[in-house]
Amino acid sequence: MLDSAQVLHVARLARLELTDDELEKMASELSKVLQHIETISELDLDRVPPTSHVVDVVNALRADEPQPCLPRKVALASAPDPVDGGFGVPSPGAA
Amino acid sequence: MSTEYEPVIGLEIHVQLATRTKMFCGCDLSFGDPPNTHTCPVCLGLPGTLPVLNARAVHFGVLIGLALGSQIAERSLFHRKNYFYPDLPKGYQISQYDVPLCSGGSLGEVCIHRVHLEEDAAKLVHVGESGRIHGSDRSVVDFNRGGTPLVEIVTEPDLHAPDQAREWLTLLRATLKRLGVSDVNMDEGSLRCDANVSVRPVGSQQLGTKTELKNMNSFRYLERGVRAEIERQIGLLQSGEAVAQETLHFDPASDRLTPLRSKEEAHDYRYFPEPDLVPLVVTGEMHAAAQADLAELPAARAKRFEQQLGLAPDRARELAFRTELGDYYERALAADGHDPVTVANWIPQLVERIGSDADPAQSKVTPEALATLAGMVSAKEVARDAARDVLTRLVAEGGDPRTIVEERGLGSLTADDGGLTEIIDRAIAADPAAAEQVRQGNMRAVGPLVGFVMKETKGRADGGEVTRLIRERVG
Amino acid sequence: MSELIDLTAAQAAKLTRAGELDPAELFEAYRARAAGDELNAFTWVADVAPAGPPAAGAPLGGVPLAVKDLFCTEGVPSQAGSRILEGYRPPYTATVVAQLAAGGAPLLGKTNQDEFAMGSSNENSGYGPVLNPWDRSRVPGGSSGGSAAAVAAGLAPWAIGTDTGGSIRQPAALCGIVGLKPTYGACSRYGMIAFASSLDQAGPLTRDVTDAAMLLAHMIGHDERDSTSLPFPGEIALPAREDLRGVRFGVPEELAGDGIEPGVLDSFRATLELAKRLGATVEPCTLPHAPHALSAYYLIAPAEASANLARYDGVRYGLRVDAPDLISMYTRTRSAGFGPEVKRRIMLGTYALSSGYYDAYYGTAQKVRTMIAEDFRAVFEGFDFVVTPTSPWTAFELGAKTADPLAMYLNDFCTVPMPLAGIPAVSIPSGLSAGLPVGFQLAGPAFSESRLLDAAYALEQAIGFDGSAARR
Ligand SMILES: [Mg+2]
Ligand SMILES: [Zn+2]
Repeated sequence: MLDSAQVLHVARLARLELTDDELEKMASELSKVLQHIETISELDLDRVPPTSHVVDVVNALRADEPQPCLPRKVALASAPDPVDGGFGVPSPGAA
Repeated sequence: MSTEYEPVIGLEIHVQLATRTKMFCGCDLSFGDPPNTHTCPVCLGLPGTLPVLNARAVHFGVLIGLALGSQIAERSLFHRKNYFYPDLPKGYQISQYDVPLCSGGSLGEVCIHRVHLEEDAAKLVHVGESGRIHGSDRSVVDFNRGGTPLVEIVTEPDLHAPDQAREWLTLLRATLKRLGVSDVNMDEGSLRCDANVSVRPVGSQQLGTKTELKNMNSFRYLERGVRAEIERQIGLLQSGEAVAQETLHFDPASDRLTPLRSKEEAHDYRYFPEPDLVPLVVTGEMHAAAQADLAELPAARAKRFEQQLGLAPDRARELAFRTELGDYYERALAADGHDPVTVANWIPQLVERIGSDADPAQSKVTPEALATLAGMVSAKEVARDAARDVLTRLVAEGGDPRTIVEERGLGSLTADDGGLTEIIDRAIAADPAAAEQVRQGNMRAVGPLVGFVMKETKGRADGGEVTRLIRERVG
Repeated sequence: MSELIDLTAAQAAKLTRAGELDPAELFEAYRARAAGDELNAFTWVADVAPAGPPAAGAPLGGVPLAVKDLFCTEGVPSQAGSRILEGYRPPYTATVVAQLAAGGAPLLGKTNQDEFAMGSSNENSGYGPVLNPWDRSRVPGGSSGGSAAAVAAGLAPWAIGTDTGGSIRQPAALCGIVGLKPTYGACSRYGMIAFASSLDQAGPLTRDVTDAAMLLAHMIGHDERDSTSLPFPGEIALPAREDLRGVRFGVPEELAGDGIEPGVLDSFRATLELAKRLGATVEPCTLPHAPHALSAYYLIAPAEASANLARYDGVRYGLRVDAPDLISMYTRTRSAGFGPEVKRRIMLGTYALSSGYYDAYYGTAQKVRTMIAEDFRAVFEGFDFVVTPTSPWTAFELGAKTADPLAMYLNDFCTVPMPLAGIPAVSIPSGLSAGLPVGFQLAGPAFSESRLLDAAYALEQAIGFDGSAARR
């Protein structure tokens, strides 16, 4: 149901790298799970509204009042590559 | 052979809201502070953190919707827009998708498609040698800006010329400024504009393939970028090539447009309702609060200036489309019962002296002082040229124009003043030929005589009065 | 020493509050046991007792608490069972952990779990599997398996965990303890590392129902940092009910028949008989969409997880695998940091949300969710509680189901409908089957926790389950 090209596409979207073995295994496992899941397509749900939130709450709003920020040292404490007071990353444009 | 093409332009404008705190956390907004000094677990996207919506951002969103005549959604939702980028700490942007806060409406001749709330990305600073995306190998993320409240305004493709787009954006900017919802400063990025551009043969109803233009961060760049893109697209079509749907980056240095990312990987944002936020319901109370804050908008103000105060259309727009000028003008009018047209004519004089981007309210010239000066000119208490000097002095030092006129002896010379008649006589004596022509009715010859008088009086005489006196003296 | 360990948390708290037991001694006794953990139940244990005694009269009496690693604890490793967060120490503490500490339950340690709470056997932990104290060749269930095993084995007096599709109730059942999943919104999710935001709830794992009520009373409450949290209507009282007169149990045929192991069914039926003797009425009911709950769950949870786990990108915290370009840094970091089950679910969720598939998968799952909630609403018009076995089977051998993801997902068959509907459910031990604990599940309408715990307590007293074997 799910071929390796589709799996590769999804892996790219999810920023995951799969070895050839993993790719094949993933395709067959996901297909099997999806086959089970797809039984819901047989239900007649045309007039059923979707539920995105089970709680009946609206408008959880916050007053526009500043709260203390983290000291920069704390903000950067877990950074793998702290540089110049910021978080270093390889540039998006680098080849 | 040669087809005429019509450009079709739609704009997408991101407006940073002038709230105190970010969209989903209590960090205060910052401009120009050291990097990563305005962050918290929420806006850093730390594991386990949750967003909570800023009530004031919602208020501003509703306010903008009302100002644009949009339909305010009774119940709107937030979605996650998923993509990976270092300036996006959670790996998704919280935005509104299929049910935005506001839909429809219009401003001027342009219809509004939608207005929605979302959070801004952080700032990515490229530290490679060129300082631009291409060519640098390392970047640094500063999360100070990340999570700043944004309103995204999307227009219908109702614009058809680059200068029209520029003009309309000016109106939108004035409108937002007037509402007090944003600093709307394009240089600082609090107002950002992308354009969707396509061309089609005149008369065709079908839309051509559109491109998306980014990085037009000034009114001039918008106009130039759109113009360049229209020319590029027409050029392609005329040489039989197709326009590719892509995102282009405008380089103001060269007027060139380059594809931002040549990606075989199409965007797939996998939107779904944000489970960490609950639906937003605009209550009657929230609606009323926004209605109460709704100021008179620039377009309406220009019309009022024109119709009720008698200003010329251009002058009316000039003052109304820059909120700070309109406000200053109205304060000057309130100061005294002066003639609105006269006072209006003095505002550009002031702007010329303080710099075209400066707010006159921040200058040393109070609206009352400007009104007084304009009134003195109308009453011929001070000659126009002298009044210009007075204004220059006011800009430099402030103070009361009457005092300056008195202290410096700049008051108008009139017929009652023996001095003025004496100078006019000297002018006639110095150029009898001109005087003779004036006597014979050639009023063009009066110029040199008036000029002589003005020079002698250092501009203190009133031009009209001097002309009248010269004619009287030559008989 | 063994006497101390045999006290329930409530009993221990009563003694410390009365000044008859030194909370420092209690803490040290458990600290030593947790430090000597042979079940791999803990990923971190406190070195020392918290400074000073708990606030005078603190209701939880200084009885130390084991906390699932999914909860952020300031300055203490919070790794969510994942290598991608190895060594991560957050700068803040989760609301429920802070509330419990304020109530007098100091942090004893962090417990092992399936990576990002994705699993039903604890074999998906990046830090090794947890062993079941009843039989160390078997799994403790998951994903809160570390918390369940620690409480069952007497390595901790009580613990908290999280439940998304059964992650508190199922390990509680497999370890012979009590596990409660509260109403969605009853406990703040702030500081709980997200798996599936619309389903995740924190809850207690305890030796008995009374302990569960005590912990829950300090976990609930509206938190302005969590937009989906709600003020709890009323208070959580300590359960005291001895009978079930007038209580109506509904037994959904869809969740209490086919596919359930015979030994589990026997224990379930025996418990129903006991309930009748206590005065309850027991009748069949129907949840027509319950058989589809698993499908809906395995679309909604992975979809939300695929977004929730996008933040593990090697930029701000956690693992980074260096690479010359950004995309390679992302893919290498995430591929190295996530285990196979997490990758599988991210893939499943990403696919379910991707262009062209949303309506067929995620959208349909949300509609199924609506119908499941409707089913429960209808049943609760005629019944007080829905009762089912908690898990279709008792604790299975390590490795028995790892090769077949779908078989593993069936663990959640009886526990996923409740979180989809946002309603509370509790699992209590109902006896042993071939020497292994069996769980009995009761589910009630939203915010019925007090009634639910009362009914569970009455049953618990009648069942008289003895879990002491697991502590030896
Ligand atoms: Mg946007
Ligand atoms: Zn923040």
